[in-house]
Amino acid sequence: MSVTISPKRLRREFVRKVRELSGQNLQLCYQCGMCSGVCPAVSNMDLSPRRIIELARLGLEEEIANSKTVWICASCFACTVNCPRGFDLSKMMEAIRLLTLRKNIDYIRPEDISPQERCKLPQIAMVSGLRKFTG
Amino acid sequence: MKTKARNLEEPGIASLEVLGLKLVEIPRWNCCGAVYSLADDDLIHQVAPVRNLIRAKEQGQDKLATLCAFCFNTLKRANLLMRENAEKRNTLNSFMDEEIDYGGEVEVVHLLEVLRDEIGWEALAQKVKLPLRELKVAPYYGCTLLRPREVAIDSVENPTILREFLKALGASPVDFPESTRCCGSYQVISNPDDISEYARVILNSALKHGAEALVLTCPLCDYNLGQGQKELMKKHSEFKGMPLFYFTQLLALALGLDPQVCHFELNYGSPESLLREKNLLSQSESFQPIGG
Repeated sequence: MSVTISPKRLRREFVRKVRELSGQNLQLCYQCGMCSGVCPAVSNMDLSPRRIIELARLGLEEEIANSKTVWICASCFACTVNCPRGFDLSKMMEAIRLLTLRKNIDYIRPEDISPQERCKLPQIAMVSGLRKFTG
Repeated sequence: MKTKARNLEEPGIASLEVLGLKLVEIPRWNCCGAVYSLADDDLIHQVAPVRNLIRAKEQGQDKLATLCAFCFNTLKRANLLMRENAEKRNTLNSFMDEEIDYGGEVEVVHLLEVLRDEIGWEALAQKVKLPLRELKVAPYYGCTLLRPREVAIDSVENPTILREFLKALGASPVDFPESTRCCGSYQVISNPDDISEYARVILNSALKHGAEALVLTCPLCDYNLGQGQKELMKKHSEFKGMPLFYFTQLLALALGLDPQVCHFELNYGSPESLLREKNLLSQSESFQPIGG
């Protein structure tokens, strides 16, 4: 894929907000790919965790918004514990999700979970899922 | 824990009593929120877990033991926040002005840590009345007991706590590469097809390495690995399914407690026939399965 990188995009509000919400220094990443290697969900992602962090670092907000990666992430922390730079990717993924959720754009609607599923699901599934996917 | 995961809680509490430890439920506990909030500017979601820690402090207790791995992770991380971040600690204490101040005085532990550190594997083995007859059990940790590093109850890369636990009970632990792979967690409500695939990968790996059953610690792992097994068996002929046990159930069984306390009827993967095959359940014991 071809992308446009410019000084203007690097200073964007998106980069600042991701840094602020996650508390992470996006410049730490040197693209080793360890995160993608250990991610249990990577085969279902259109963009790997490694690509997401690079796009975030470069302020390429639209490319990330068009990807489903942050919504496939299960916050398992495999990436975080394996990153050689100590970068907390899980917090970065959460920050990117929150930038959408805090605009009142939910990823799921509770009413889309069928009554049969709601009866079967453990309570922690509902609580955690709704916390992660709704604003 | 009082409803769908009674088969985790009740055998755990009963087993600890036999081992000489009484677990006292904290009064006025609330849901911890299930997940730890990962946003640096979000303090309101820390209130729920911190309130539970305050309840423990109010009882004059210095330890809060959890049976649920999900709760363990949330409570322990909230506790670390209160210990390490003075500014957020002060803000939260000021906000919760109806509560006593809290500064991380209580230690959060998981029941497996209690068994390892306060009872010890040798002492546990000596209390075993019904050794598990070399039942081949794959230890499945999932995420929340081991990640992130600051909450891990064991080595993040090569945990052995469940292996030692199983050996103490007379079972035969079966190591397998996917023992710390995430089950998909809350993705079950948004991407259930992915969960099905993760379950197939994890369970097939355990089967391939010779496991007869899987032992786990978390109700969400139990649901994700268990509820879709019948569908998986229909879709993939090579998938044979696998009984799932909570670690507290194996503990109660090995300590010789009445199997009724284990509530096997709530288990997925029909553990009953495996237990009978191994003479760990008498012919007179029966449980009407509710799980898949």
